[in-house]
Amino acid sequence: MKFGILINEGPYTHQASDSAYQFTKAALEKGHEIFRVFFYHDGVNNGTRLTVPPQDDRNVVTRWSELAKQYQLDLVLCVAAAQRRGLLDENEAKRNGKDAHNIAEGFRISGLGQLIEAGIQADRLVVFGD
Amino acid sequence: MMDDENSGGKIKKFLYLNRKAPYGSIYALESLEVVLIGAAFDQDVSLAFVDDGVYQLVKGQSTDGIGMKNFSPTYRALEMYDVEKLYVDQASLEARGLTEADLLVPVEVLDSAQMAALMAEQEVVFSF
Repeated sequence: MKFGILINEGPYTHQASDSAYQFTKAALEKGHEIFRVFFYHDGVNNGTRLTVPPQDDRNVVTRWSELAKQYQLDLVLCVAAAQRRGLLDENEAKRNGKDAHNIAEGFRISGLGQLIEAGIQADRLVVFGD
Repeated sequence: MMDDENSGGKIKKFLYLNRKAPYGSIYALESLEVVLIGAAFDQDVSLAFVDDGVYQLVKGQSTDGIGMKNFSPTYRALEMYDVEKLYVDQASLEARGLTEADLLVPVEVLDSAQMAALMAEQEVVFSF
């Protein structure tokens, strides 16, 4: 089965982002394909490398980066949602005259068309949100 | 052109399920942004308004008092994007003291069984 994953909530404040990670990891371990993981609304906050959780807790951002590396996952943050919430990659930072960028390893920024494409190409699109 | 590149010519039934009030959170506005971008892909698109989502379509919205952008005129422009299938949940309307006459665009009002049938026939459901 080919899955598309949509995550609409940020890390730590909401279960949706943890559930999405567990689902994605379990699907990959069972041999399914993940066409793309798309982060929208506050979900884009899953992709900031400036997250510093307490040491005795899970690191939501890092574990996505590691999963992406292991399985060549396509992790995409919506550009409009990301810009609203202060998530920029190097190019976006430059283009908007900002002095820093904060995208974690394994994530990339792109448009909502990537979400629609995931809906078209995947056998199932699973939404994690409120 | 875009859909040749990204959809491989496939046409699927997409449903945007709008469940949140237009203001107070960003879900409704960002959902509308997906609909507008998605329109370029030439898919079979339906929008459903359920629960507080029915407030998104209420006529005469004014956001002056809360300092947010009033994006309700965009629903009237959806027709130009060939997004013409708008469905509203009857029970959600009634629970909020609204009727079809209170809405700013033409819609089809569905009872719960019809709404369930609409959802069941979709291939992709975005729930916002």
